[in-house]
Amino acid sequence: MIEVRNLYKSFNGQEVLRGVSLRIERGEILALIGMSGFGKSVLLKHIIGLMRPDRGQVLIDEQDIFALRGKSLEGMRRRFGFLFQGGALFDSLTVFENIAFPLREKTGLGEAEIKEKVLFGLDQVGMTEAAGKYPGELSGGMKKRVALARALVMDPEIMLFDEPTTGLDPITTSLIHRLIHCSYERLKFTGIIVSHEIPKIFEIVHRVALLNQGRIVEVGTPAQIQTSAHPVVSQFISGAIEGPIECH
Amino acid sequence: MTLSLLEGMGRMVAFLGITLFWALVPPFRVGQVIRRMRFIGVKSTLIILLTGAFTGMALGLQLFYTLRRFGAESMLGPVIALSLLRELGPVLSALMVTGRAGSALAAEIGIMRLTEQIDALEAMALNPYRYLIAPNLIAGIVAFPLLASIFNVVGIYGGYVVGVKMLGLGPGVYWGEMQNLVRMKDILDGLYKSLSFGVIVTWVCSYKGFFTGYGAEGVGKATTEAVVLSSVLILAWDYFLTTLMV
Repeated sequence: MIEVRNLYKSFNGQEVLRGVSLRIERGEILALIGMSGFGKSVLLKHIIGLMRPDRGQVLIDEQDIFALRGKSLEGMRRRFGFLFQGGALFDSLTVFENIAFPLREKTGLGEAEIKEKVLFGLDQVGMTEAAGKYPGELSGGMKKRVALARALVMDPEIMLFDEPTTGLDPITTSLIHRLIHCSYERLKFTGIIVSHEIPKIFEIVHRVALLNQGRIVEVGTPAQIQTSAHPVVSQFISGAIEGPIECH
Repeated sequence: MTLSLLEGMGRMVAFLGITLFWALVPPFRVGQVIRRMRFIGVKSTLIILLTGAFTGMALGLQLFYTLRRFGAESMLGPVIALSLLRELGPVLSALMVTGRAGSALAAEIGIMRLTEQIDALEAMALNPYRYLIAPNLIAGIVAFPLLASIFNVVGIYGGYVVGVKMLGLGPGVYWGEMQNLVRMKDILDGLYKSLSFGVIVTWVCSYKGFFTGYGAEGVGKATTEAVVLSSVLILAWDYFLTTLMV
């Protein structure tokens, strides 16, 4: 369903993606792991068309997202939900308004239906009591939960999670993972999760891909990745300082 | 160097073109425009009242004694009014709003860029030019002439207080000569200037915020550049318009 073909991207002459190719099947959740600064978030932003590559393609159901313009690009993006690293909640809106925002802007729903959907979303992430608060009044974990509710409120077919648990304590991390798993059970979306939570993240994904030096090194099930003999994969999984991965 | 300067200018012009396009395409975001008018206009009223009053009073004082040398104190009213309506009102009010609202606009959009709020808009299939930038431009076009009008009225009353109440000029002379010599064209020329300054400030400040650099330093730099460039453009564009209007 999502196919990344030979994707290249450089910033100021520095190559971040060097021919990334990857395929994610419909209804599958893939964990994208790798060193910080090696292009995982950049790859996610290409998949939704927020960044344009130097060359290469991202096909969503055989449609190249970079060939789409205007209404067709809008239509394609409506199929996505994106959980940003910092939540990306709108500062000037309350929690309720943040979640209602895409519904108000992109659907013809009445206020009563919007309220019902928002309260359902807030209930799912256990944030009903924070409906009237502003993002600035929330902790990091609470922001992530609200952002998750906002990303899911349009019932997306494809969910992209950019480090959904970075900077959170272990209990909140488990809570976010459980929320992602529960929402997957409900919506059966196709998902990509950029994460450093190893091995916790393996519990909620079908496959894992390791991105290193701008290329996908190995793709496999969590069990295959954990027992991989590939020196880069085994170094990354074990967290060893010595090995083929250059530490900056 | 020249090439990158040209590229930057081209990007700025393209940014304005895209924003104008989305400002003219319905559905119009009236609520957002009103919120931005409050941010740019209403919240700048106090500073406009203060600067307008003191500018008018200083003008009254300076011009009264200057005109008295030529025995032309009776011209105080029209000279103050013409100075404010055609030149000082639009320019000074625009510079004050640049300092107050333009800098905040650049910083706000810059922070939205850094915290991925603009990316979030795009990810939700919402066009940031339409939802974020165009309302600022429309609000600037409406708010700047209104603020300049407030500046002018308060300034003219400031001149009245000094010239008539403090220095003893007859009120009939102050207002009468003003009515005789100020034409509607003088008022309209000033308002056209303000309108164009509204475009310049919201355009430059939105652009600088939209393409901010990384981190707090990037936002700080974008804000400074927004204020400096807006101010220089206001003065340069004012000279250009004045040569067309005189």
